[in-house]
Amino acid sequence: MLSIRNIVKQYAGHTALSDVSLEVKSGQIFGLLGPNGAGKTSLIRIITQITAPDSGEIYFNGQKLNQSHIDRMGYLPEERGLYKKMEIGEQMIYLARLKGLSRDEAIKRLKVWFKKLGMETWWKMKIEELSKGMQQKAQFVATVLHEPDLIILDEPFSGFDPVNAEIIKDEILELNRNGATILFSTHRMESVEELCDSIALINKSKKILDGSVKIIRNSYRNGTFLVEYSGDRIIFDGKQPFDLVEEMAADDETHTLKIKLAGANSSNDVLQYIIPLARINMLQELVPSMNEIFIENVNKIA
Amino acid sequence: MDKVLLIIQREYFTRVRKKAFIIMIFVVPLLILAMGAVITLVARNSDNLSDPLVVKVIDLSGQFSGKFKNQKNLTFELTTQSIDDLKPALNKDGDLSALVIPTDYTKKDSVKIYSQKKPGITLTSKIEEEMNAIAINNGMLKNHIDTSLLHSIKSDISLNPMEITSSGTNKTSQGADIAVGIACAVLIYLCLFIYGAQVMRGVIEEKTSRIIEVVISSVKPFQLMLGKIIGVGLVGLTQFAAWIVLSIVSTKIVGHALSSPQGGMMQALAALQTIHFGSLLFYFLFYFLTGYLLYSALFAAVGSAVDSETETQQFMFPVTLPLLFTYILSVSILFRAPDSPLAVWLSMIPFTAPVAMMVRIPFGVPGWQLAISMSLMVVTFIFTTYVAARIYRVGILMYGKKASYKELVKWFFYKE
Repeated sequence: MLSIRNIVKQYAGHTALSDVSLEVKSGQIFGLLGPNGAGKTSLIRIITQITAPDSGEIYFNGQKLNQSHIDRMGYLPEERGLYKKMEIGEQMIYLARLKGLSRDEAIKRLKVWFKKLGMETWWKMKIEELSKGMQQKAQFVATVLHEPDLIILDEPFSGFDPVNAEIIKDEILELNRNGATILFSTHRMESVEELCDSIALINKSKKILDGSVKIIRNSYRNGTFLVEYSGDRIIFDGKQPFDLVEEMAADDETHTLKIKLAGANSSNDVLQYIIPLARINMLQELVPSMNEIFIENVNKIA
Repeated sequence: MDKVLLIIQREYFTRVRKKAFIIMIFVVPLLILAMGAVITLVARNSDNLSDPLVVKVIDLSGQFSGKFKNQKNLTFELTTQSIDDLKPALNKDGDLSALVIPTDYTKKDSVKIYSQKKPGITLTSKIEEEMNAIAINNGMLKNHIDTSLLHSIKSDISLNPMEITSSGTNKTSQGADIAVGIACAVLIYLCLFIYGAQVMRGVIEEKTSRIIEVVISSVKPFQLMLGKIIGVGLVGLTQFAAWIVLSIVSTKIVGHALSSPQGGMMQALAALQTIHFGSLLFYFLFYFLTGYLLYSALFAAVGSAVDSETETQQFMFPVTLPLLFTYILSVSILFRAPDSPLAVWLSMIPFTAPVAMMVRIPFGVPGWQLAISMSLMVVTFIFTTYVAARIYRVGILMYGKKASYKELVKWFFYKE
């Protein structure tokens, strides 16, 4: 769908992107992660052809990126904004027509969206009469109205209250089910795990990590487990097949341990060791969250 | 191209639908109408005194007695009373005044007029006129010159300027040339400012509301700038068209309502008819459009470089300086010497030409000068649009950064 190859972008005095390459597959929800100022917005602006890279190439559906692709993308910038004094309906039609939709088609689709998101009464209202959250909703509709193949969302959930964030999240998922590829940037890690198939982590203008969320998280497994058992507290003699990381607070009956596998031992060895000593309630592998991976990687570089 | 058309439509209709625009369409011709009416009324009444005045004449010289002619609302009464005796009466009656003519009345400022309030200029000039006529008459009589003969050969000459053109001799009117030239220069100056500033404000609005990023993910920055400039320009043309129609209608009405056939208004209208309005309109539109394109591109660049209207000052000054400079020269000097080297140069330099040339055109400008000036206008507006577009495309994405001139130059050289 989108193949980004060796993009370099320099601004006077600093490098925004140095040799960044990414592959976004068709139908994916792709998360572009990174701390503030990492170069996410610069990359997005290059994809949306607002600016051009100093070097490197981008391919959209196998073709070199060009003007004709603009209408196939929908872009929600991080800094939201609409014409304050223009009526919502007119404004949405205008923005849709700039993306190549006919007036009639735009009106037809708008009616559907307005109904879906409970915005029917807004048609004649001016942007400045709406609350921030309502403006965001309107802008989201404007972004996706022309049914783009690639939807680019820069921090899509910022500015939404939890209820509306949930609504927007569901809409994003539905658009994705209907075939749209979604690229979004965020620093809200919980939404990454919930939504993304793949991610790329950018820090200080460089890509430091990318791939499918599952594979990345698996690669960060380090054999840490949580064990909960009932019975008398086990006194470890040092011969157990794991290292004890932490004994967590326990009540009279249940005890919780955080352990790390030692050597080539597996979780089965852990069970075999404990079963004779106590009744096991739970054994859970602690896979690092995206948040932990994010922080670990960003700090490693710094 | 379709997208530019869409942008033009939006820029045009959002402005034309505004109440302010519709009000302006009617207010400006009404103001012109009101001004015209006031001028006509003042001009008509200034020759006459509005209240009946009585002037008591104390003639100590004996030269003027009985020779004053009464006029409308002005009566001269000879009296033998002294000025001190008259003072109580003068104090009571505001319309009464006393004229004291001493024996050595030829000495400067020796003739005095007394009244309760300051005498109006019309009254004093009428009395002066009357006294001068009488004194000259007296002098002639003293030197045995036949005044009746003199009256018969007295002439009243005023020049009737004729203009020789290839198609024959035309009646011309210098007054009308000056009036039309200055009016066009002022109008072009104002319009370049008003509509240029509208473009700038539009750019700032898009930048501060952040819609800019949405729009330029759909169109090229240059398309947006072009669409905005053309859209606002069309608003200007619409306004002109409405004003021209309304002005023609209203002058016709005022002309009928206020003027007798020989009245001042009719004379003014007759003088105006010596101007070739067809070609004048053509040149006005040409210089408005090219001047507007030239300046609005610069205004757009200024708008893109700032975050709010208050920050525009440092860039606005150099942009508007040539216009302001020419405007001041136009209404003070240029119309007196429309063919002077200064005027010719100013009408060649594209940044000053729209205003300077409009002052010159009613007086007639050589074809080659017009050709040079007009081609320079076209070349320059293309050039400034190019420069402005390069600054604009970078500027609109620079939030919260105070731009300096150095930075603008850097932006200009940025690669795409």
